[in-house]
Amino acid sequence: MELDRQSELAALRPDLLRFARLQLRDAGAAEDAVQETLLAALVGSQHFESRSSYKTWLIAILRNKIIDIIRGQSREVSASSLADDEAGDDLLAESLFDRGGHWQSAAKPGRWADPEASFEQRQFWIVFEACLDHLPAKTARVFMMREFLGLETEEICKETGISSSNCWVVLHRARTGLRTCLETRWFAGAGA
Amino acid sequence: MLSCREATALMSQEQDRPLTLSERIGLRLHVWICNGCNNYRRQMGVLRAACRRFGSGGTP
Repeated sequence: MELDRQSELAALRPDLLRFARLQLRDAGAAEDAVQETLLAALVGSQHFESRSSYKTWLIAILRNKIIDIIRGQSREVSASSLADDEAGDDLLAESLFDRGGHWQSAAKPGRWADPEASFEQRQFWIVFEACLDHLPAKTARVFMMREFLGLETEEICKETGISSSNCWVVLHRARTGLRTCLETRWFAGAGA
Repeated sequence: MLSCREATALMSQEQDRPLTLSERIGLRLHVWICNGCNNYRRQMGVLRAACRRFGSGGTP
């Protein structure tokens, strides 16, 4: 069976746009990335038997478009703009750790039951996206360059003009923020 | 002995670079006795798996 590509594209467009917006945090740039992806998809001649394999292929194209856009925006995430995120970081760290650097009892990470089962639930991904969206913008950007686009920290440093140690600090902040959010909003509640 | 805050920084960094031998030993000792950090470490793996899946469009 061949998919009706036109209608599948229309159906998947909102997903692609959300994915691009999360990473670029710029509606115009996200729109451009998705348009280019759709154009590339329309001229491509591969055959797909399911919506999910088609979506995987589209996301792979989109990822490359996003990387191109990020490479084109030279050093937008400068060390100084990352400092804007840092006030929030200190607040987060204070709520998690005591003065000696040990977990506050309420913040101690719990055990997450069966994450794989959560991955199968649509609701989990809604929470996941909301948690990503909650991260400070520049922090989220560096995190997504690392985790969604698969860039090594060296390249992230080059693209963003921050040092590797700063990059590690930013990634640590992002992961801690994300895991705290997921635990609070999903794994500790009825969702899991 | 590492504090939990320092341990979480290393657990994040081990996703991005190879840790040195002394960092690995310090971390191993810490997670052995610290339940919260032991959970944090597993969760780093869960986050990576979730991001892989999300980043490749494999979500339901």
